[in-house]
Amino acid sequence: MGMAATESQFHVLAVDDSVIDRKLIERLLKTSACQVTTVDSGSKALEFLGLQEHDKNQTNQPCVTLDNHQEAEINLIITDYCMPGMTGYDLLKKIKESSSLRNIPVVIMSSENVPSRITRCLEEGAEEFFLKPVRLSDVNKLKPHMMKTKCKSHKQQQPETIITETNQESIDIAYVVPPQVPQTESDNTVLQQQQQSQANSNNKNKRKALEESLSPDRTRPRFSSLAAI
Amino acid sequence: MEVVQLQRSFVEYMDSLFREGFLDAQFSQLQQLQDDSNPDFVVEVVSLFFEDSERLLNDLTMALDQPNVDFKQVDAHVHQLKGSSSSVGAQRVKNCCIPFRNCCEEQNTEACLRCLQQIKQEYLLVKNKLQTLFDLEQQIVAAGGAIPMVQ
Repeated sequence: MGMAATESQFHVLAVDDSVIDRKLIERLLKTSACQVTTVDSGSKALEFLGLQEHDKNQTNQPCVTLDNHQEAEINLIITDYCMPGMTGYDLLKKIKESSSLRNIPVVIMSSENVPSRITRCLEEGAEEFFLKPVRLSDVNKLKPHMMKTKCKSHKQQQPETIITETNQESIDIAYVVPPQVPQTESDNTVLQQQQQSQANSNNKNKRKALEESLSPDRTRPRFSSLAAI
Repeated sequence: MEVVQLQRSFVEYMDSLFREGFLDAQFSQLQQLQDDSNPDFVVEVVSLFFEDSERLLNDLTMALDQPNVDFKQVDAHVHQLKGSSSSVGAQRVKNCCIPFRNCCEEQNTEACLRCLQQIKQEYLLVKNKLQTLFDLEQQIVAAGGAIPMVQ
């Protein structure tokens, strides 16, 4: 973490009306070496993404630090479902309807396990649907989706071969991954993808960040003992 | 020696909070996210939870005090409270929210008021417990010790 070049970091836009959940998701994402911007509503998210016609000198957006959205290459949008005004689903739809934004992967979070809701979101193009409270193991699933946008923008090669379920079988364990942590499949998938990608210098930084976040003195390998309630 | 005793008290206290259901696994998740670069993460999140909850409990009190109770609004507040208590691992508070939402659906003011009373009690309990926990942490650090990681 602490990389100066924003090119090598994924930038995530997190949308949630709950201040507690914003803090939580921000910390989770930063632990995964992501740059994070948080906003508290769907409309603010669209403003940040440049979809709504608003004066650039908007002052009522404390979370937005970049004044030129074009430089803020967003690699993933993660949004709460239940929000007053524009729901996460509405936001998802607007993003997918936009020619400039539709390629950004969108993930929905919800505290309610409603199968029809989940289906609807996935059908509308959401990559994942996380039940709250979101955990580190969920956030670890995001990297493959974000890699898609990185590779597309940097190089025009094999974007489709990057992430598929089958890749999870061929695990590369050359990196420091504590064996006690069960949810490492996604990480290993990502590590393997990083090997395939030709953006080598970028990968070194990502690997470092991944290793840093997985080093034993930072994470306690006890996720398996934490029973989900 | 004092440090060791404090640490032992801390571990025992934490264990009891989990055992008695005041806290659940999500609280452990918060602790796992705390490290040297974010040493106050848990206290910060819990402080936000305290502020948020007190605001919501006030809003609930006012909403249920109206001559014509807006149950949709009441439900919305309870939904928020359920979400935030779930996010910090305040299990007993979270569990109170479920029957509360049922009472909203039934549009039963009396039942809602009883639920509100219960939630307030549970909230005050967990607030008290967490503050005790944080005090213990501070004492350990002041005595030069490290805060034990509790499973």
